[in-house]
Amino acid sequence: MATMRVNEISRDDLDWQINYSSDRCTMCGSCVAACPFEAIEAGMEKRRKVVSDYLTPEPKVEFKAVPVIKQKVDVYKFCRGCGVCERVCPNTAIKPVRNEDARFTIKYRGMLADPFKRGGRANLSTGVRTLDKIRVGRISQMTDPSLDASRHTFDMLAPFGRILPADELPFTLENGRLKIDSSVLPPMNWIYPVIIGDMSIGALSWRMWEAMAIATAYLNEECGLPVRMCSGEGGVPIRLLKSRFLKYTILQIASGHFGWNRIINSMPYMQELPGGVLIKIGQGAKPGDGGLLQAKKVASHIQEIRGVPKTDLLSPPNHQGLYSIEESVQKMFLTFNSAFKFKVPVAIKVAASATSVSVYNNLLRDPYNIVGGFFLDGILGGTGAANEVSLDHTGHPIVSKLRDCYLAATHQGKQSQIPLWGAGGLGQTGNLAADAFKMIALGANGVFTGKLMLQLAGCVGNDHGKCNACNTGLCPVGITTQNPTLVKRLDIDRVAENIVNYFLSVDSELKKLLAPIGNSSLPVGRSDCLISEDKAVADRLQIQYAC
Amino acid sequence: MCRIGAIKSTDYFHPSKALLLMRSQQKGHDNSGFAMVMQDLGGRFADYKDLPILSMACSDRGMAIAEDILHKEGFVRVMQWSPEINFRDELNIEPMPNYVFQVFQYPRSFKYAPQEEKEELLVDMRLRLRSVLEESDDGYVYSFWPDVLTLKEIGDPQDIGTYFGLWKEDNDFTAKVITAQCRQNTNYDIVRYAAHPFFLQGYTALANGENTFYEKNKNFQKGLYKGYLGFESDSQCFLYTLHYIHKILKWPLEYYKHAITPLPFEDMSKREDGEALRYIRSSLSNLEINGPNTIIGVLPDGTLFNTCDAKKLRPTVIGKHNGTVVMTSEVSGINEVLPGRNWEEDIYTNERETVVITNNLEVQRWQQ
Ligand code: SF4
Ligand code: SF4
Repeated sequence: MATMRVNEISRDDLDWQINYSSDRCTMCGSCVAACPFEAIEAGMEKRRKVVSDYLTPEPKVEFKAVPVIKQKVDVYKFCRGCGVCERVCPNTAIKPVRNEDARFTIKYRGMLADPFKRGGRANLSTGVRTLDKIRVGRISQMTDPSLDASRHTFDMLAPFGRILPADELPFTLENGRLKIDSSVLPPMNWIYPVIIGDMSIGALSWRMWEAMAIATAYLNEECGLPVRMCSGEGGVPIRLLKSRFLKYTILQIASGHFGWNRIINSMPYMQELPGGVLIKIGQGAKPGDGGLLQAKKVASHIQEIRGVPKTDLLSPPNHQGLYSIEESVQKMFLTFNSAFKFKVPVAIKVAASATSVSVYNNLLRDPYNIVGGFFLDGILGGTGAANEVSLDHTGHPIVSKLRDCYLAATHQGKQSQIPLWGAGGLGQTGNLAADAFKMIALGANGVFTGKLMLQLAGCVGNDHGKCNACNTGLCPVGITTQNPTLVKRLDIDRVAENIVNYFLSVDSELKKLLAPIGNSSLPVGRSDCLISEDKAVADRLQIQYAC
Repeated sequence: MCRIGAIKSTDYFHPSKALLLMRSQQKGHDNSGFAMVMQDLGGRFADYKDLPILSMACSDRGMAIAEDILHKEGFVRVMQWSPEINFRDELNIEPMPNYVFQVFQYPRSFKYAPQEEKEELLVDMRLRLRSVLEESDDGYVYSFWPDVLTLKEIGDPQDIGTYFGLWKEDNDFTAKVITAQCRQNTNYDIVRYAAHPFFLQGYTALANGENTFYEKNKNFQKGLYKGYLGFESDSQCFLYTLHYIHKILKWPLEYYKHAITPLPFEDMSKREDGEALRYIRSSLSNLEINGPNTIIGVLPDGTLFNTCDAKKLRPTVIGKHNGTVVMTSEVSGINEVLPGRNWEEDIYTNERETVVITNNLEVQRWQQ
């Protein structure tokens, strides 16, 4: 009797099983070459065949060794179900199939004594989200007529930068006209209410990053949408720093301070000021974890941009020298504001947490008026290498936290003084405009989105454990890898085109939502136009309950 | 939809004119009430120009409570007048037992007080009376301000006029500016406070329409000044914004329009004061109105103006003849009051315009 090795990993344990038909396979080798995870290999199998080589049937059994494609059963080289092999196979001879009885992540931990890591979720989820339980409900066609979405002009811009209350604006009266001395005011820009959230040029391939930068420039210069893109932690190519496109980029600084040397050294050569500075305190996908870029993703250009050797790059979970809200304000004041001579808005990004409201309240009372935005990041984001346990079990959803912050500001009469931006799973079901609109009506000035960009670039992953290999540095489509061969799979121009087109559709869809409620500017805090058929959601968010 | 109107004249005139103006536009309202604010008073109030007048509708108990509070504060009553009531069963009106218009002398301690302190005192007193009377449901305080008289009642405007004897013209009860509304009150319970015109510290505003940004306006205004309260009607916001821009921030009236209906960013950038407008828009985004509205306002110096929301979805027309200017919802109203005017000179305020009537009845049209 054969030995049963139940404690070893077997094909039955894997999340994905390769379904292969040797009779369709021509052994072209495309799939093996395409699979970056080395999850399949060519092998030989002994096959029994009944043949007859006489004129009349005279069957006889033959055993032959035939070449086949085999799945590896290995805790390091396992199939991610990305489906790339299926896509490249000319004969539909191979495809991954989800194994319902899988127990891979248990085995993995048991065998390696290591937390299971995976890339962030992708933007395809079928779970019911709070945002989907809210509808735009105020459509009063009689007393407050709706607008014509295609003909009316809409004014869709959101503030980025600290806003002073009207009685603190430095006005003088000249010939009956107000004149403002803006040189003494905190910097403030009006930008498109949807921005491309912070994904670093180490987490993403340089081609993916460049595609987003191209799309951003195109949206600004050809489409008239002042969309901003946040660099993410870890620096920016010098070429961009010195270009006129820098004005569309929000530079991020996180606790690792990666890349800031080079940004600071480039300052004398900048033709334009950056679109803003975003200090990242926390990330919604893994609040409490710092950033991590594995050594395998630290390619030579990343080493150059960040000024580091090839090694794991860990950003601490907190900023050294920043242990209170006051200190964070000082930090902004002393370093980033003054670095750009108080001409660039400096905002802060925190993970949505139980104390978000207190932090926001405190910042609103900051007497120096220097915090130019409060970016609140809920769970469901994240591109990089996160522990599965962080992704699945920590963090706050964004909707109620955003709402709480807005209501707290309203309570103080300081709404919009520090613009609120929210993200975390927006656009997850495909429609970013609807999510953005609802967030704005709940009190956000604007929203940011990251993972949706990956989907637009052709990410093959989803929220059910398909691919999710962004942490491996082996992204099969070249989005989250620095491997030169894999990066080449990304068609930069198509990606940029997809992003531009998506934004254009967001723009017209936002208008389609503004029109029925009769608004020609952003309905920030207009929660009266929202309804929920879920009583608990309606109560929690203080919006209308309708059934 | 409410019908609103305002008459401003170089001579004193009787409120019957305002009733006429409103009656001819009757098809637009549902006869649920009538309200008016008279400013720059003539007749029996002409001799008390500097002294505050309390306008109040209340029960007997309410009257006693109010008098008590005012006396304790040191206010001394100088004159009192109540309209002669013509009660008839068939009148469609829900009257209060008393309508008092009392002229008061400021407390002694305020004799040399600066104007501003007096103004704050009057607001404080009105708010106090209002909240005390509200507690026991004993009455409504509409205004407490020099040279201003406010009357609001629930019922058929025609009958309200009859009840207070307002149809018959006389020289005793007149003013140079009267703003009035016949109302339709669909959004809220029919409460007396909800009726326009609203009044605060010399500023009057009334509107015809919906305020799409009511929630935003209200949430923001609540914290700006103690007098911004009530919000029984979504139009109250227009008064508070007007007061905030002009009285508190001390900006020229022109900027009222910029606050409620900011120019598109593109147009702003083309203006000399574009930078200022950009900052106004960012700081006061919560005071924007987005819904269909036409607003009539009066400033403390008697200046009358009209402006609309940026979509211009509610009608308004302005006519002028022989020392009288009328602005109102429907031209039929002006035809009634100023039949002899040249109607070709009527003004239909456009969406980016503020039409201002100065005290010598000069008509100015300001483009935003
Ligand atoms: S599905 Fe992806 S990971 Fe699995 S074998 Fe095919 S290419 Fe490799
Ligand atoms: S395709 Fe690339 S970006 Fe998408 S989940 Fe896989 S590894 Fe991550």
